[in-house]
Amino acid sequence: MSEGFSRPVAGHVPVLRLGDVLLVTLQGDLHDSTAFQLQQDLSETIARSRVTGVVIDISGVEIVDSFLGRVLAEIAAQTELLAARTVVAGMRPAVAITLVELGLTLPGLRTALTTEAALELLAQPIVPGRAGGVREESP
Amino acid sequence: MPEVGPAQGGNDKERKHVPQHETGGAPAHEVRDFLLRRSEQIAQRWADEPLFRTVFTVSREEAVEAGKAVVDALAQVADSQRVEDPDAAGFTGVREQLARMGAARSRAGLSTTQVAAELAALRPPVENLLVADLEQEAPERLRECSTVLSVLMGTLRLVAMQTALSEIQALTDRQRLQLLEVATPVIKLWDGIVAVPLIGTLDSARSQVVMETLLDAVVDQHARFAILDITGVPTVDSLVAQHLMKTVAAARLMGAECVVSGIRPAIAQTIVHLGLDLGTVKTRASLADALGYCLHELGANIVNATPDGAGRR
Repeated sequence: MSEGFSRPVAGHVPVLRLGDVLLVTLQGDLHDSTAFQLQQDLSETIARSRVTGVVIDISGVEIVDSFLGRVLAEIAAQTELLAARTVVAGMRPAVAITLVELGLTLPGLRTALTTEAALELLAQPIVPGRAGGVREESP
Repeated sequence: MPEVGPAQGGNDKERKHVPQHETGGAPAHEVRDFLLRRSEQIAQRWADEPLFRTVFTVSREEAVEAGKAVVDALAQVADSQRVEDPDAAGFTGVREQLARMGAARSRAGLSTTQVAAELAALRPPVENLLVADLEQEAPERLRECSTVLSVLMGTLRLVAMQTALSEIQALTDRQRLQLLEVATPVIKLWDGIVAVPLIGTLDSARSQVVMETLLDAVVDQHARFAILDITGVPTVDSLVAQHLMKTVAAARLMGAECVVSGIRPAIAQTIVHLGLDLGTVKTRASLADALGYCLHELGANIVNATPDGAGRR
């Protein structure tokens, strides 16, 4: 392996708490074990504290595969079960195109352009009956 | 892989049946010698042919020089015994010149067939010279040599046409690229709203470019809404619809909402007849409707100005 490759993040991904929201920033490749660790960390933190939202910033992710797509969908689903909303923020155009070409349109996932927009989205009240569904749209 | 051309065929025959032929050598080499010997005369005669005369208008010497270059190339090809091979090394030197000549004739309004006919007209003068040169040879030998020469001139024609075609191909490729760039402007309609007016038929390559430019614009302009206006798309089939849905899905993944506008009644009918499910895509009839929807979603109010309130917003 040359130094040029972006190496898997060693250890675990830090989960920051900002008020009622957890902020996770992914950088570079996400290793299998790191991803499982992150899923576990998130669910435990949400269960322990009264968190209403999770923001996953993936603006630092340049290469994506079906694995990352599945991890994101799983995190969204499990936080949903714990009554918190997940927003994926800052996806790069190339990553979005790749996911779509892979057939992973992730319909249940909330997305935002930036972390700021994601926090704004989480600040909005939950519309009853639509949690976990598609993005809110106008009547 | 050795080429099995008439040159070698003739050579074999010679070895088998007339091994002690007084002139010796393959007909191709005979033709080569003839071409080198008569290069000046051939070039002079070619200079009078319409192809050379009309392309090299500056001076006759120029035309003769160009003709000589072609004769030399032919001699080289004959030397390598690959008279049937348009990829023979001998032709590489004159390809550009042939292309220039072909292009000049095309510009003058000649069709490809007419250019080919002009190229064919280069053969008789050379053949006449060959016949005159090999008068004292055996008729058998003369026939062989003139066959080789015919094949060689045919190959020259092929090379010229090939070159012309590849020029056209290059032009088409260049124009296709230009079309891709020209046809996909991303317009900022409002803070946080961008639009792409799509014009013309959407194929895979174009929709890929549209998707990339739109997503880049979403990032650059921090757009929350992207409008795809398909007023200029003549027909929507399942492939186009699939491209649209991919773009919409990619924009959604990035956190922007995509609205498809400009769906004409005929297209709406087609979509329904084809049974395409655009349920996941937000659609509006016109660009104005789409803009109104986006502004409403952004929380902007559109208020009709009072008659005396011109200029206020």
